[in-house]
Amino acid sequence: MRVAIPGISGLLARKVAQRLLAAGHEVIGLDPRGWPGAPQGIELHAADIRKRAAEEVFRRRKPQAVVHMATVTALVAGTEERYRINLGGTRAVFEHCANYGVEQMVFVGRHTYYGAGADAPLYHTENEPPQELGAYPELADLVAADLYAANALWRLPKLSTSVLRVCYTLGPSGHGTLAGFLRARFVPMVLGFDPLFQFLHEDDAAEAISLALEKKLRGIYNVAGPQPLPLSVIAREAGRTTLPLPEPLLAMLTGRAGLPRLSRGALAHIKYPIVVDASPFKAATGFAARFDELTTVQTFADAFPRTSPVASLA
Amino acid sequence: MADDIAARVDRLELPFDARGVDNYGVSKWHLTQAFRIVSLLYRNYFQVRANGIENVPARGRVMLVGNHSGGVALDGLMVIASCFFDMDPPRLAHAMADRFINRFPFASVWASRCGQFTGLPEHAQRLLEDDRLLLVFPEGARGTAKLWKERWSLVDFGTGFVRLALRTKAPIVPFGFIGGGDAIPTVANLYKIGRLAGVPYVPVTPWLLPLPRPVRLEIQYGAPLRFEGTGSEEDEVVERYVAQVKSSIAALIEQGRESRRSRLSS
Repeated sequence: MRVAIPGISGLLARKVAQRLLAAGHEVIGLDPRGWPGAPQGIELHAADIRKRAAEEVFRRRKPQAVVHMATVTALVAGTEERYRINLGGTRAVFEHCANYGVEQMVFVGRHTYYGAGADAPLYHTENEPPQELGAYPELADLVAADLYAANALWRLPKLSTSVLRVCYTLGPSGHGTLAGFLRARFVPMVLGFDPLFQFLHEDDAAEAISLALEKKLRGIYNVAGPQPLPLSVIAREAGRTTLPLPEPLLAMLTGRAGLPRLSRGALAHIKYPIVVDASPFKAATGFAARFDELTTVQTFADAFPRTSPVASLA
Repeated sequence: MADDIAARVDRLELPFDARGVDNYGVSKWHLTQAFRIVSLLYRNYFQVRANGIENVPARGRVMLVGNHSGGVALDGLMVIASCFFDMDPPRLAHAMADRFINRFPFASVWASRCGQFTGLPEHAQRLLEDDRLLLVFPEGARGTAKLWKERWSLVDFGTGFVRLALRTKAPIVPFGFIGGGDAIPTVANLYKIGRLAGVPYVPVTPWLLPLPRPVRLEIQYGAPLRFEGTGSEEDEVVERYVAQVKSSIAALIEQGRESRRSRLSS
């Protein structure tokens, strides 16, 4: 199969690309960021998905499938830029799919779609609406992209679309929201709160995304692997020092004093859990994570051992 | 004694991982600490007696349904304690907590780590489908708000719990809780002050604070009730089942009062 991957330069996307290549697929990557040292056999186009050059790739190369991984989070880009990439980009990808006869689309979204809040249930199912958007406007564009992708299921009946809501990923690369949070010198916590975090080893995440393609999955699916763990346990397993602070103080201090940057809305995500029920995905694809939750944290901790305070002062 | 509690936590048949955390975040460490304190209340302070605990099945999905008794959730805590201390093997009952608990620091963590989640229909259904032991007070917050003079009455039951039992094919084990109204004799509830503090109300006792007196408490469990159906029956059908549960709880309260009277006079 000829597979186009917008956003191929992202770490998870690279893993998916390598996996698909190894499985004998033809892989075409689109990403203005490029991929120095990309494996031979991957065809790269340094094109922005919203620009004409990207459409030209669809027109000329006629991919049969697309794995859309060109979305960014609030940690990476500012509001305007995010809306352009996440919404404008997603729209362009679907339009190219419709116009150039793509048969299958895998939209890789995020489990944060559901939002975190005091009244939210543990184990979200796919039929729940997104909540707490008001409290976390930085998520709105990703939620909108998810909903836009999902409505392709009836808007573009000839395109077999799967919308994946993938939990956090963690692993030796140190990429991703959770890893970024754990890489800071101190792991900030809201005093008196210790939410469950659900995460998947980055190799398992790549495997799940590839499986969605291989199994020609159609529909909306949560993607997760092993059981979630409390943030304090994750931090301890990773050899990190937690710093529990009263909420108002933490809100003032984020981004300073060796603490990771957190938007106001993101504070809800370190107070309350976002945990998804991924059993429909497992039933549909036979997906089983190879790494359990403790091993996953260990692979991250081995790659990023804690820097001692003395070393970081020097 | 302390080791006894850790050993009981070990014997809970829950899918704990290598760090003692299960798939809902229930933690062995938190359970052990919590039950150490609860043990003092259950065994020493209130000397709770649980009659008919053998009616609670040792495994599989079960819904415990009973009356509220006492101005704070003391009744729920003692029912959880009885399933932990008096069952063999012990079981962890999951109560459906009031929404305000999850908003408070520390209360949020301790409730979650001990398996006491916000009372959402999604939680109730999932826990039952996962073959857990669910604790339900169909009187809701209106039940804990009962005043001392109303302590033997039952306020209206919701119907959701019967629909859920039908949908999940879970047996209902009714129980009567006796003495909570004597432990915390509420003379008034302050709703406005409660709202300011983020709780439904603040109960007031003759000694002002809702601190319980050391009175003996009694829990009377009854035989499981099983109803056939799908959960989408007409209201009249479900209300008939609800009335059946309510009357068996009323009978268990009477039975428990009798048993408690003989225990107090002996």
